Amino acid sequence: MTVIASTPGMSLVADHAHEHDPAASALSGFWLFMMSDLIIFGLMFATYLTMLKPMSFAGGPTPKDLFDLPGAAMETAALLTSTFTFGMASLAIKYDLGVRRVMFWMVVTLALGLVFLGFEVHEFMHMFAAGAVPQRSGFLSAFFGLVPLHGLHVTAGSIWLVLMLIQIGRTGLTETSKSRIARLALFWHFLDLIWVGIFSVVYLGGLA
Amino acid sequence: MSQAMWSAVFGRLNLGSLDFLKGILYPSMNDMILSGAAWLVIVGAVVTLALLTRYRLWGPLWSKWLVSVDHKRIGVMYIAVALVMLLRGTIEGVLMKVQQADGLHGGFLSANHFGQLFSTHGTIMIFFMAMPFLTGLINIVVPLQIGARDVRFPMLNSFSLGLTVAGAMLVMISLVFGEFSTGGWTGYPPYTEASFQPGAGPDYWIWSLALTGLGSTLTGINFVVTILKERAPGMTLMRMPLFTWNAFCTSVLMVFAMPPLTVATMMLAADRYLGFHFFTNALGGNMMNYANLFWLFGHPEVYILILPAFGVFAEVISTFSGKRLYGYHTLVIATMAIGFLSFGVWLHHFFTMGQEANVNAVFGIATMLIGIPTGIKIYDWMATMYLGRIRFSVPMVYSLAFMVLFVIGGLTGIILANPPVDFEVHNTLFLVAHFHNMLIPGTLFGMLAGYTYWFPKVFGFRLNDRWGYAAAFCWIVGFILAFMPLYPLGLMGMTRRTVSYTNPAYQPWLVVAGLGGLIVTLALASMVMQILVSVRDREKTRDIGGDPWNARTLEWATPSPVPAYNFPVIPHIHALDPFAVAKEAGFGYQEPVSYSDIHLPGDTWVGIITAVFGTALGFGLVWYMWWLAILSLAVLAVTLVARGLLGDRHSVTISAAEVRRQYQAWLEEVRTVTPVTRALEWDPRNHGVAANEYFQEAAE
Amino acid sequence: MSPLKQQSKAEAYRHDLRGYQMGFALAAILTIVPFTLVAAGTLSTMAALWVIGVLGLLQIFVHVRFFLHVDLSQEKREELYLMIFSGSLLIVMIAGMLWILFNLYARMM
Repeated sequence: MTVIASTPGMSLVADHAHEHDPAASALSGFWLFMMSDLIIFGLMFATYLTMLKPMSFAGGPTPKDLFDLPGAAMETAALLTSTFTFGMASLAIKYDLGVRRVMFWMVVTLALGLVFLGFEVHEFMHMFAAGAVPQRSGFLSAFFGLVPLHGLHVTAGSIWLVLMLIQIGRTGLTETSKSRIARLALFWHFLDLIWVGIFSVVYLGGLA
Repeated sequence: MSQAMWSAVFGRLNLGSLDFLKGILYPSMNDMILSGAAWLVIVGAVVTLALLTRYRLWGPLWSKWLVSVDHKRIGVMYIAVALVMLLRGTIEGVLMKVQQADGLHGGFLSANHFGQLFSTHGTIMIFFMAMPFLTGLINIVVPLQIGARDVRFPMLNSFSLGLTVAGAMLVMISLVFGEFSTGGWTGYPPYTEASFQPGAGPDYWIWSLALTGLGSTLTGINFVVTILKERAPGMTLMRMPLFTWNAFCTSVLMVFAMPPLTVATMMLAADRYLGFHFFTNALGGNMMNYANLFWLFGHPEVYILILPAFGVFAEVISTFSGKRLYGYHTLVIATMAIGFLSFGVWLHHFFTMGQEANVNAVFGIATMLIGIPTGIKIYDWMATMYLGRIRFSVPMVYSLAFMVLFVIGGLTGIILANPPVDFEVHNTLFLVAHFHNMLIPGTLFGMLAGYTYWFPKVFGFRLNDRWGYAAAFCWIVGFILAFMPLYPLGLMGMTRRTVSYTNPAYQPWLVVAGLGGLIVTLALASMVMQILVSVRDREKTRDIGGDPWNARTLEWATPSPVPAYNFPVIPHIHALDPFAVAKEAGFGYQEPVSYSDIHLPGDTWVGIITAVFGTALGFGLVWYMWWLAILSLAVLAVTLVARGLLGDRHSVTISAAEVRRQYQAWLEEVRTVTPVTRALEWDPRNHGVAANEYFQEAAE
Repeated sequence: MSPLKQQSKAEAYRHDLRGYQMGFALAAILTIVPFTLVAAGTLSTMAALWVIGVLGLLQIFVHVRFFLHVDLSQEKREELYLMIFSGSLLIVMIAGMLWILFNLYARMM
């Protein structure tokens, strides 16, 4: 360690030991972004809770009329498993198990994410056919504000997965791509975390 | 062209949307002002483009400014936006004052026009004047104060600037095409729902806020990470200058307070565009939730506006008293307390909405509690001045005016925090007086003090003092005359946002207020003169030594203007107020032991593309030109993804030899400058080197 | 890599893998239980809501601990503080919002 001149107050001594870790601070920045996103979801949840009232049902469908457990259970199974498979991808990166292994687990995660989205879209189509559209009542607006917001996030995460697959397919696992996948992992785990809230509050809470 | 084809291309734009035709078609005073504003924008844009072409400034404008990721350049651009919008926002305010002075028998503005005026005035002043101004100051100063080369995410910085510019452009375009919202800067539904305002107005408001709101969230993230991770070695958190501490708390607030605004505005957009029922009258909407969500954002927002000003005052008061800041630790804790408590008081903006007294009481008490850390700050600044050797520089004049006037405003805030009292004065001019009393002596004076204080560091010459004092005097007198009469008016019962009135007792007060407005216009004129005269006289006030005010913090230990890399070598910090400590011991201008190559991030097109296509996206959404919206979104997405995949391809390396050459040339130049004492601070002989005589510390 | 290092690397891998498996298993249990309870309809609405709420919160903690790796260790201190800070703000905002809006509803409906 170089001796640092002790001129009072401040000294202009180059210290090469002082390195900035770009990956760590990129991850910190992304954590903050996730926290701001968390606030958005929290307020959407709270709005939903305030619209579980007869006034907000406006004579239209209520939770008991609309939600079914099997669909929610399939969606939950898909998303929870996808969070586990992404964990496998993260492990493959951390322990240098090779690009192919990483890509395999990422593809599985993507597939499960798409299964989730497929079920969700199917559920919405069903609801629309039954006249349960967001324009029908405040409650339905709140539902279609909260749940598709999460679905949009899953879609964005899936697109990001595709982009990462393309990038590591072309240039392998560089420091940059590993750092990005770490951020994507954070995002993907949060997707399932929010879903825990959604299935608990919206589906189970609605049908209890 | 058939109707269907017209809508496909131009959405809901039609001849009636063209504001510059209105004064010609309906020659009333009201419509001529409307058209006049449209023409001003059009002519202003054309003249600007013409001047840029005439003086061949496109090249340097592009390569030195628009594509720059240098935090100092980005900061200057933010402040430039803020100053231009200050002009428009102030003129709108003065126009409203004149209308109200004349308002006993109707005045000269229509109610609709007045509605647009108070809506744009608030929206512009908060989102496009104050926010960019403080973001600009934080951008310029914080990396220098913590000994960093730049912010942690320079490209994101440029992107955020682009978003704010896009929002501002949208608000300016609303003068030319269509109308702005008449729903105030708060945009309460159901009045802003499609059933009451189907036109473009509220949509302009929603999308300009969405764009700049995203920019602010990202800026907040950028600065939190910068302050936590990019500090020079030895600069512990408790050795950071107070401006940086305030910037840190501001940035945390930005990250957590912008989301509620996003939620509220996007829900309103869903109601307007997709027929949802979040806030509608019919089918189960709950418009009271809007007030709740908006003010969850709105209250921390006003602390975002004031904390950087507190930071400026802390620096200015300490520097121009020639003394260390009193009670550093308490000030840090007070700042953090204010930040955290600001999330717990939002209901005081809607005491009268109908919830029971207990709810009101809890939030009323919480509101009063915030007065405590703020008061502590005022006492600490007074204690800093006590037994100091005070110089009445322009920034100091602003600080002193702040201390007196802001406390008055704060006291009226405590009055308003009392729910039964608030029931009497809610939405009267008493409230208007209160928040202008906080924003003008607080935020605006802080920004103007910071602008004057740090100007030489950024541009290498000092601002003209005479015009600076003139501007400060006019702002102070103008503010007092314009807003103090509003307190008795509010107590007399005059409602806010009213275009005209029938009670003759109001008029004398409003005439005084109108006079205050005119004096504020003189303040603006003085500021314009100040820039012109300062640029003309810049050789006389050149700041070579980098330290024109004999200040204490790290940013002053650099040349003026600061080179792109900030410091030749990242300094090691051993104390609070490191530059002051070093100067006292005779080590003000140090020579580095050794130099190394410096790597800087390269230029980027992301910011300028965001500004252009963000504006186009907003315009397309407002006017239902879906092809334009989708195209712009696609361009933005492709730009960001391309930048992600390709990375920074233009990063710059400055060789150690070149850094040494530049720095030693500067030190040579500094050696030719005669140091000045305090008495000569305003003298042309002050070229930025402080004499030893300064360092007699007064009794602490 | 020396055999010793390889062995400790394999151990570390198994340790990490165990963490993910544990998280997955706990999360699955904390999901299946409330789902079956609601499907069976045995509990009263109030009791069911309490079970759903508590188990949901527990599952969130499982996610944070096993998938986001935020624990009480020194390296994860920053993330922990951030989550605690964000969590407390979220509680203030949501609890405040619900109190206000339910109060308004009670008084106005």
